[in-house]
This record gives sequence, C-alpha cells and structure tokens, in this order.
Amino acid sequence: MALTEMDFRLTDHEGNEVGPETLIGRPTMAFFGFTYCPDVCPTTLSDISGWLDDLGDEAKQLNVVFITVDPERDTVEAMAEYVSYFHPAIRGWTGPEGQIARIADGFRAAYERVPTEGGDYTMNHTASVFLFGAAGRFVTMIDYHEPREFAVPKIRRALEEETEGAT
Amino acid sequence: MKKIIMTGTLAALLTFGGLSVPALAGPVDVVVESAWSRASIGMNRPGAAYMTIRNTGDEPVTLIGLSTPLAMMPEIHETKTNAEGVSSMSAAGEIAIAPGESVALEPGGLHAMLMRLQQPMTEGETFPLTLLFVDGGEVTVEVPILGIAARGPED
Repeated sequence: MALTEMDFRLTDHEGNEVGPETLIGRPTMAFFGFTYCPDVCPTTLSDISGWLDDLGDEAKQLNVVFITVDPERDTVEAMAEYVSYFHPAIRGWTGPEGQIARIADGFRAAYERVPTEGGDYTMNHTASVFLFGAAGRFVTMIDYHEPREFAVPKIRRALEEETEGAT
Repeated sequence: MKKIIMTGTLAALLTFGGLSVPALAGPVDVVVESAWSRASIGMNRPGAAYMTIRNTGDEPVTLIGLSTPLAMMPEIHETKTNAEGVSSMSAAGEIAIAPGESVALEPGGLHAMLMRLQQPMTEGETFPLTLLFVDGGEVTVEVPILGIAARGPED
C-alpha cells in the first residue's frame, strides 16, 4: 500500500502528532519493533545507524522511523530514551493500539503478543526494514540477515525514486 | 584478548592423585571466545549476551543452561525469522556441540537471554556468566558490556 492510501495518527518521541503526511515528500525507511526486544531490534537499529553513516549526507533526505508494536510499554518517554542511543535521524513512533494496528496493516507488517514465563510477554513482529519513495510509493524491503552490502544500494533506490517521482 | 579459556574443575578432580573415576566426561575442553553484551536501559528490559562456544575436546558436550548473578532467569534463546519476515524468540533447549565444533551465539540467532536483571547492565563493566553442561560441568566466562548500539565484540 502507498503511504498516500494509509490513515493513522501516532505520536513521535518528541510528542509531535504524526501521520502518513509526515512521511510523504521525502523517502522513508521504517522498521517495526519494541524496546523490550533484546536481540533483533537493537541489532536492526544498529544496522540502520550504520547504513545512515555509510550514506553520509545522502541520509539527510530520508525519514527514518522506528514504530513500536508494544505501545503498552513503549510510551513516548520510553521511545525517546531508546532512540537516543542510535543514529540521531531515527524517530520513534508510538500511539494507541488501534492506530498501531492501522499503520502495521498499511505496511503489511505482522505482530503478535506472546506470553512468557512469569506473566511477562514478548512480541513477534516483522523484522524487515521498509523503504518508500518520496511520493509515498512502496519501493522494497531489506530483510533481516540480508548482507549489509545489499542494504545501502536498496536505500539508494528509494532515494532515486524521489527524482523519478519529481519528473 | 577477547579469548578466555576456562577448564572445568572436573578435569582437576579426575586427574588428581590418579583417582579412578567412572567415565564422567566434563566439558573440560570448552573455549569461549568473543563474548559481549549490550548495555541495558534500567532493569525492566531483558538483556542479551553473545559468544562463540568451542568444543576443543574429543567428546561431545551438551549445554543445558546458564547461571549468572546478573539475572534471575538467564536462558539460551533463539530468534527465528520465518518466510514472511516475522521474527520470534523461544527457548533453544539443549545445545549439543560435537568435538572440534563450535556454536555461535550471535545477533538474530542464538543468544543468552538475560531475564529479570538484578542490576542494570552498564557499558564498560563486565559480568560473570556460567555455562552449565549436562554432566554437571561448568564454564564461567566474564562478559564485557558494550554500548546499546554495539554490533559485535569489536564495537
């Protein structure tokens, strides 16, 4: 689904209201996860931080968002602290459960709450990184475990989509 | 520098004074390499630690669990990502390592999941993690705590 067809209202880690229109106009890299995730999420956010470093100035054109699938624990404050440890371009988005469901549905991202021992829970979730062009069109995904050398060229494709969209 | 060799106390017991002990093969030849972990935010979130466990002996060894003063519930977990790109985590159970083989605990796969932290994991510090083997043998490794955004033992 293109971002232009989506409808959701969330809050970024600085308390600003955000929606699809926040992303449209610039290429977007987005990842779903949760801050209680010990393995895949910090690893992916570190990878994303590394890709952004590799892109250098080009990265400044990108929206980069980390969207929680665990809004119960991931408040605006929790997201703010968490994203502060990674690349400064990464924005953390949270919001009401129903709105998280809408953005995940728009992205075709899956997530599921899974109970663990002792009354805790963890979240299963799509671990791919989504790329959209500036006009809001879905470009491609970077799958988890995909070699790093494939990721940066894919992000460049999303960046180039901007130029194509403009002509 | 990151290589820590630990030999089981069982080895000393077996060889001490030439005692004849029935075949009680301990993980006497387990080498743990490149151990690292990430700092935590507070104590509510679980931590994760990574390392390579190498069986340098002639007998298979089976890792059955973990123990550490850092966490009440340390367990080996495995992250799996299915064909739809959905990641999930579950306890990995026992891990057998054949002679001469090694098992890598690395991001996105097997990892030491440190649940119920007893104190925050602070960058620059270390903590002891004991690997428990099926025959009662133990190997303890000192795990360095790197930054939250660390990608590997060299970060």
